[in-house]
Amino acid sequence: MNPVLLLFYVFGLMAVGAAAFMVATKNVLYAAFGLLITLLSLAAIFILLFADFVAVAQLMIYVGGVVVLILFGVMLSNQVQGKAVQSESVNRWSGSLVVLTLFGGLAYLILSANYLVPAAPLASAGDLPETKTSIITIGIRLITNFALPFEVASLILLIALMGAAYISTEEKHD
Amino acid sequence: MTNIPLIPVLLLGAVLFCLGLLAVITKRHAIVVLMGIELIFNAANLNLVAFNRLQPDLMQGQIFSVFVMVIAAAESAVALAIILKVYQYFKTVNLDQIGSGTDT
Repeated sequence: MNPVLLLFYVFGLMAVGAAAFMVATKNVLYAAFGLLITLLSLAAIFILLFADFVAVAQLMIYVGGVVVLILFGVMLSNQVQGKAVQSESVNRWSGSLVVLTLFGGLAYLILSANYLVPAAPLASAGDLPETKTSIITIGIRLITNFALPFEVASLILLIALMGAAYISTEEKHD
Repeated sequence: MTNIPLIPVLLLGAVLFCLGLLAVITKRHAIVVLMGIELIFNAANLNLVAFNRLQPDLMQGQIFSVFVMVIAAAESAVALAIILKVYQYFKTVNLDQIGSGTDT
């Protein structure tokens, strides 16, 4: 077994274990830390899959932004002082049954699917330089082929931040 | 060139998706439900990056996974603002107590 595959299995087991811990634990803060371990392991897996820009974006957006935001949410929505924030779980057995059934279906689909691998790369990609990193290709694609989705995503981000700031402000008039 | 085969990556994505869905179904704390949604987004990202290697010159999968991350960041910002507002109004973030009509 080559070391890349071994590293993939190590980080995959870490991601699955931390996600299972996140689902199993009752403490909301521990669940946030389990999510943090899962996101870090997924960043490592992205690097192993030759997606370095996605890995760095994962570190910046998820680990640096979303997890911190979730931790602030846990802190600001806590009523009981001096006691760990607990999360009840309901429908544990029926939910597990549904999820196991879904996973069985997905695993059957993945294992039995016939993946169509394209025989040769498309001709339009031939003028791009051969590079080790994916950042150059992603940058060129973002301002040529994906310019409109790029602009729409920035607009969505702006509107979402304005909406979040508007929702979370106190109402002045009453 | 050492390559990771496609099937284990897809199975890992399926496992993470199912665990996120389990968190969304069973947990009653709104922030833990949000964490489950983030886990589902990450499983989708993993699938996109895995399928990107079938056509590595086009980078469609990686670019789309970056877009998914942007949408996830926007979604979590808005959702946490809504959760904080709900907490100020209902004094709880338990989804069952919110849904059973403790207001009026």
